[in-house]
This record gives sequence, structure tokens and C-alpha cells, in this order.
Amino acid sequence: MPVRIGVLSLQGDYLAHAAMLRQLPGIDACLVRDAGELGRAQGLIIPGGESTTIGKLLDRAGLMEPIQQRARGGMPVYGTCAGLILMAQRIEGTEQHRLGLMDMLVARNAFGRQIDSFEAAITVPLLGGEPVRGVFIRAPYVVEAGLGVEVLARYDDRIVAVRQGVFMASAFHPELTNDVRMHRLFADTVRSAPSDGR
Amino acid sequence: MSDYETQKATWATKVGHAEMLKGGVIMDVVTPEHAVIAEEAGAVAVMALERVPSDIRANGGVARMSDPKMIKEIMAAVSIPVMAKARIGHFVEAQILEAIGVDFVDESEVLTPADEQFHIDKHAFKVPFVCGCRDLGEALRRIGEGAAMIRTKGEAGTGNVVEAVRHLRTVMGGIRRLQSLPVEELMTAAKELGAPYDLVVDVHKTGRLPVPNFSAGGVATPADAALMRQLGAEAIFVGSGIFKSSDPAERARAIVAACTYFDKPDKLAEVSAGLGEAMFSLDVRKIDEADRMASRGW
Repeated sequence: MPVRIGVLSLQGDYLAHAAMLRQLPGIDACLVRDAGELGRAQGLIIPGGESTTIGKLLDRAGLMEPIQQRARGGMPVYGTCAGLILMAQRIEGTEQHRLGLMDMLVARNAFGRQIDSFEAAITVPLLGGEPVRGVFIRAPYVVEAGLGVEVLARYDDRIVAVRQGVFMASAFHPELTNDVRMHRLFADTVRSAPSDGR
Repeated sequence: MSDYETQKATWATKVGHAEMLKGGVIMDVVTPEHAVIAEEAGAVAVMALERVPSDIRANGGVARMSDPKMIKEIMAAVSIPVMAKARIGHFVEAQILEAIGVDFVDESEVLTPADEQFHIDKHAFKVPFVCGCRDLGEALRRIGEGAAMIRTKGEAGTGNVVEAVRHLRTVMGGIRRLQSLPVEELMTAAKELGAPYDLVVDVHKTGRLPVPNFSAGGVATPADAALMRQLGAEAIFVGSGIFKSSDPAERARAIVAACTYFDKPDKLAEVSAGLGEAMFSLDVRKIDEADRMASRGW
């Protein structure tokens, strides 16, 4: 039986994530827009997009609580960019909707507006070998990581990738590159996670 | 820590920004108050302009880039990306918009063209560009010039989706045709399309445009938005359709939902109910060729 990972598909680059997952052996990707679709997923990716939009749509779709409930039960979740913002318990200067799964404070658009978007080599020691090509688009970063949050990568002394138990988040977009290592790391987490009793 | 230099405003960050807008709705707004309503409704971005296309159409005269003061006020009012329009070929308007710090420049046929021969060299800018098209050749010419996002033109300010459908079907049909051609016919196809050969080969191989493909010009209802999504548009621009309707906030929210659940008729039925009056609309066949915006640009 392949492991099925859902990609939250309310808005954003969810198809890029699904395409990455489908490159991994033994992984099936499914798009998640409602609670029924969530029920079939063993792990969940929150894609890049507009965090305010995705947050509102999560709320309107009635998906906030089901995702939080599954996550509390041990379902792995990985967020990129907007996904990182939605994973955070605290977001600077806004009360916008969030899943709030990770003990961290994040800043939105923290590197500037679109013309300040950039690419840089990011060393993620956990992945070994070559640095990943970090694509940062109107990107956030983690201002404060809580005690239980493991820092996976920094750029210019700023925290740009984190992990807390079965939850992961990155400020950059591996799904826009050809490098599947971040997705493989998440897929391994999903594979080894005990059933969350869904 | 890094083994190559940080590079700003690369092609990947430009196209990547367009990727982030997929599945969303980009709304025309003329005031900061409109921008807040749009953001609250779930817009992924707003297009800041002084007059929506239906008013530009009604008022006549030369339509230009909006006042930077007004664009900045809109940028200050919302946290979502803000786009603004430059006239076709008016690279100085684009320079000004880049200097203000807008997130996307729309080299737009909705404004009066400043150059009837040449479009802007968009590779020369840090800010990404979106351009309109009516067919595959026009799309690939704009991408060749550096557009990081394409939107089919439709006919702006009409509340009539017929041209948007025509243009998107023409682009998608063009892509399917290129896919089916043997390799030795691609150069002639490039000649006929008036498109860069490399991009023609790329479309032949991948079956899609090399940048996101959105739809604009005539969307007035949630059903219109879902129609464009089902025909292959990856996101939707709505111009006059929201703020010229009787209940903009509700309609905006419904069109956002329709973009997400574009293939779920039950959901579309739910969000389409009780929205009040759509915008005043026009029969495109009764608009003189000279008054059509889509035929601006080449």
C-alpha cells in the first residue's frame, strides 16, 4: 500500500507539491479541499500561496479544527512559505487565521516585497551533501523558535527551516526546484509516524 | 554557509511569485477601502488602478498609469501583493512602478498603448510582469520578452465572458496542436505563430506554457470564474465585475470560493445563490473594433 500524503489545495502552488511527492517511490499524493479528502491522507502539506487567503479558506471550509485534531493525534504536517506562517502559533503584527501547530513566532514578508525575493544556497545539515537551492518569495522567517523546535537551517542568521516532532516548515520553496530531499524527509516522517487513529 | 552568491529577482522568483497566486482571484481596486474589502474576501492580490475598465470604457480619453500616491496608499492598506498597470510599451511607467515597489506590473491593453510597435523589455526589470494574450503566438512573444505570467485578455469592462473563453480556448488549442506536431514541423510552426522557436519546442515537450496561465476580461459571476478554471486557467483576474456589482463583498467572496471549488457544482450552486445584481454588461458584438481593448498589443 503506498503512503498517501495530502496537499492542501485551497489556493497556492499545490500542484507543484503533488508533482514532487509523486516522484518519490511508494508515495501517493492527493489534493485536499474538504474534511472527507483530509480523512484519506496520512500526512499533509500546506503549500506556498497567500497565507491570509489560505487561512480564510481553511476557516470557511471548516478544515481548521479537523486538521488541528488530526495533527494533535500525530498526523505529520509540512508547510512551505505561506504554510510556515500558517504552522506558527504567533505571527508578528496580525491576527490572521492560522493552524498554530508549532511553537514559534514568525514575521511575514520579512525580507521585503517581491523585488527583494531571492535565491540562495541553504545548508540543511539533516539532508547531508549539497546545500538546497532556496527560493524565497516574499518570504517569512522564524523570529523565535520555542524550546521544542529544532532549527534545520538558517540564512544570514535567520531561521528558515524548522522541525517540531512530526511538524516541519520552511520559508523557502523546495517544490519549485528539482531537489526532492525536503519532500523525502517529510515522506519518511509520514512513513514512520504511528497511525493517528483517523 | 552559502557556496554561491545570493541572487535577487531571478527568473525563478518571478515565475515562482506567479505560482503562489494560482487558484486565487486578483481583484481590481480603486481605493484603499476597496483593497481591504478584497483582502477580507480572500483575494490573493489586488490590482491598484484609478478607474476600473468599465469606467475607462465609459470615460474615453487616454488611460494612463495610476497616481503613485494612490498605489502606495493601497500598498499600505493590505498585506497581500499589489499589482499595477503600465501602458503597453511605456517602460518609464514600468520603471516608476518598480521604484514604488509594486509586486507585479501588468503591461495592459486596458490602458491606452504608448507604443504601437514594441512592448516593454521585461527582462530588464527586477519586478515581474504579467501580459495579456489572445492566442498562443502572442503569449509566447510576451514570455520571450520576459513576462513571468500570462493572462488571456478577454474583453475588459464588459461583464461578458465570451472573449475570455475565446482567447483561452485559442491558447489551449494552440498548445494541443503544438504537442501533436512532429519535431521537424516545429520551426515552421514557430514562424507561423510568430513565436520564439525555443519556447515552441518547450510547449511541444511539456504541453503547457512555461509560465502560469491566468484568465482576465469579462468575469462577472462565480460561474464565469469556474468556467475559466475548468477550461484551464490557473487563476482569475476580476476587474469591474466585483466593485460594479450590487454587493461587492459577497460577490468577491463567492468568486474566491468558485475559484477553489471550480469543479464542484454543488459548492458552486451554494456560493452563487443570492448575490444580487451583477455588473452592467455589454454585448461584445456591438462594440466597434476601434473600441475593443483586446486588439491592443500584438
